[in-house]
Amino acid sequence: MLRYTINRVLLAIPTLLGVAILVFFMLRIVPGDIVEVKLRGDGGAVSQETIEMERQRLGLDKPLVIQFKDWMVGVATLELGNSMWTERPVMEEISLRLELSLQVAIMATIFAVLIAIPLGTMAALFRDTWIDYLMRIATIGGISIPAFWFGMLIMSGLLAGFNWLPPITFTPIYVDPIANLTQLIWPALAVGYRYCAVTARMIRSSLLEVLNEDYIRTARAKGVYERLVISRHALRNALLPAITVIGLEFTFLIGGLVVTEQVFNLNGIGMLFVQSVSRNDFTLIQGMVMLIAAFYVFVNLLVDLLYAVFDPRIRYD
Amino acid sequence: METRRTVLRHVTGALALGMGGLNLATVQAQAQTPKRGGTLTFAISAETPHYDPHGSDTYATLHFAAPFYSTLLRFNLSKLPEVEGDLAQSWTAAPDLTSYTFKLHPSVKFHDGTPLTSADVKATYERLRNPPQGVVSTRKATFDDIGTIETPDPTTVVFKLKNLNASMLEHFASPWNVVYSVKDLAENPAGPRTKINGTGPFIFVEHVRGSHVSGKKNGSYFKQGLPYLDGWKGVFTLQAAAMLNAVQGGQVLGEFRGISPAERDRLVQAMGDKIRIEESSWTLNLLVCFNVEKKPFDDVRVRRALCMAIDRWGGSQGLSRISTLRAVGGLIRPGSPFATPESELVKLPGFSKDIRKSREEAKKLLADAGVPNLKFTLHNRNLAMPYTPAGIFLVDQWRQVGVEVEHKQFDTAPYLATMNAGNHDVAIDFSNLFMDDSSLGLAKYLSVTRAPENRSRSKDPELDRLYDDHLRERDVEKRKAMIRAFEKRLFEQAYQQPLLWWHRIVATHKVVMGWKMSPSHNLGQDLAEVWLNT
Repeated sequence: MLRYTINRVLLAIPTLLGVAILVFFMLRIVPGDIVEVKLRGDGGAVSQETIEMERQRLGLDKPLVIQFKDWMVGVATLELGNSMWTERPVMEEISLRLELSLQVAIMATIFAVLIAIPLGTMAALFRDTWIDYLMRIATIGGISIPAFWFGMLIMSGLLAGFNWLPPITFTPIYVDPIANLTQLIWPALAVGYRYCAVTARMIRSSLLEVLNEDYIRTARAKGVYERLVISRHALRNALLPAITVIGLEFTFLIGGLVVTEQVFNLNGIGMLFVQSVSRNDFTLIQGMVMLIAAFYVFVNLLVDLLYAVFDPRIRYD
Repeated sequence: METRRTVLRHVTGALALGMGGLNLATVQAQAQTPKRGGTLTFAISAETPHYDPHGSDTYATLHFAAPFYSTLLRFNLSKLPEVEGDLAQSWTAAPDLTSYTFKLHPSVKFHDGTPLTSADVKATYERLRNPPQGVVSTRKATFDDIGTIETPDPTTVVFKLKNLNASMLEHFASPWNVVYSVKDLAENPAGPRTKINGTGPFIFVEHVRGSHVSGKKNGSYFKQGLPYLDGWKGVFTLQAAAMLNAVQGGQVLGEFRGISPAERDRLVQAMGDKIRIEESSWTLNLLVCFNVEKKPFDDVRVRRALCMAIDRWGGSQGLSRISTLRAVGGLIRPGSPFATPESELVKLPGFSKDIRKSREEAKKLLADAGVPNLKFTLHNRNLAMPYTPAGIFLVDQWRQVGVEVEHKQFDTAPYLATMNAGNHDVAIDFSNLFMDDSSLGLAKYLSVTRAPENRSRSKDPELDRLYDDHLRERDVEKRKAMIRAFEKRLFEQAYQQPLLWWHRIVATHKVVMGWKMSPSHNLGQDLAEVWLNT
């Protein structure tokens, strides 16, 4: 198990290196020049000399290989340079938004898992009854309604019903937990609904499959209590594909909530991503892609390890 | 129907009394005794990439930075277009208007404690008119006429002009020309892009990127008794729906740029008498801009045909219901003293009310130019209001003369960068003015060698000559005639033409007092006289 973990961690290095090579060189192929956008995008008269000076200052005049080497040295030491747009450190720009995005993702995951597991289990156990139908309707709704639209409904509902909206600026949870939760519970609900629906449906179908397995029949034949059959034998195995879904959804929530962030006016990673792409802010895009890639690698590793915890048949050694 | 009537009743009650949109609510607000304290939270619908108004042309920078800074003069919003002193306690102009002497307020201090002197004003204007390497000054051309700046003593500054410029005083009142510290500029000429140290009514507290900017009261502000507020917080709300929700839900108490008629109606309907609506015509227009360096737009027949295909009068009626676009006008804001009257405007190419005849002529011109089935890309900004409806409108107008247009919208920075680099074919550009003076209103259309903001990239010595002549002319009637001649020449050549002028609607909670409405969203944003009636 230990060797497997070390192997997986080591495998992450070429994976991240591949991502780094791809993002760095693809950004250089895409048309657009950060210096032009930055200086000329302000409406001012800018001489070619000023543009060249800025290019030099940002190191964009160096050969690509040298730029890549400099950046990789920075990545290795967690020094990702400055945003070419705001001139602030990339780490600072990301960490400013990461706390919020991470918290929304965690809250949505908690919400989704807490509801999806009992909901999916009940639907599977009471297959083709009104409970199952109700769950299917609710989950189809969750999958069909875009999170941002649900978010808009929530906001409209709060305005119409209570003439109230949550705080508009972010307060860290350690500064003011009430203000923090009051602001973030709504976007977490908005994105958590879809997340919950996907997970619940996955658990339902997976559980239905597991319930037909021989070992379940054997357990029942041996006289094991039905509750134990379900919780210890069936659900534990049925959760495996759900864990994969939860892992993927969680990582997606870190950087993928662009529109939802706009609806709730959240200062998250998703909006930063879109803005940096539209401004050709290479250093910031690179930093964020590496961050998201690292999250994917880490969460996938965690999912694989959880497989072993939930299913002892899996022998990584 | 009843709802619409109710909305209209509210709106009508708030309509402007006189020019510039000064309304009843504002008058009442001025009459009350201001209360001290409180924090004003308002929305800013864009976030500035830097803090330097000298190198910016967007309200995002000004709404962010204005409360931290002072200017030499400023516009008196109650008596537009009069100017009044800001840092300048008094001033005199030479009879021939070739020199201006300003006496500064004594005891003005920067937020870092450094006293303000005439050297700071000199350094500021030197930076504006002759920016050092690596510094962008958007107003370099405006101050080309300044010959020397002298500082005979710490509170006196003298500007000597190379040429007469009848509008120079108004330019000294430009909200963009905030005064920086000579010490800061000596340390780093580009410093104001990232550091704020002004003499304004509020001291910079923090800028949380992507979230908000805030300021606290400057206890040493040189204007006695001001500001009234303890502080303010500008929250970036990049999405219009989020901004409206925030206003309605009381998260912010207003937004000072402007909202659309539909947004106004929604707020009035939802909030009733808790919201104050102020309206004014706007010193802002959208332009149809042809890049004359690209074929076939180097052909005046093509440009003129495309201008003539646009039904501005019909468009005005339709677009004014759904967007901030409203008035048909020439180069100067309709209704202002130097504006071209409608009776003369309709005689100019592209402004005829007989659209059928105009379009027939447009088709003929396109055929004569050898491009009867013209196709091109319309470069536009991705702001929903009013750029998107304007783009859709133009695509439809040109379709009616057989022209096929692909409409592409971009984020503000790449949108501007593409145009400034001359990489567009046809674009929807804008003219963002802070006053009605023609020296500002016409400057954008000078040869690109003189006016880099001329995104048609045209070079027309005749327009340059007309502009310079009008700048030296002090007789109002003669000046008006020169403006007409300039306009006629520009519209005949059709390098670029106004599409429609904007209409400004500002919504604030009624507790916000002392803020003054004006035809420019660039003016009156230092918040010094704003207070909360809570």
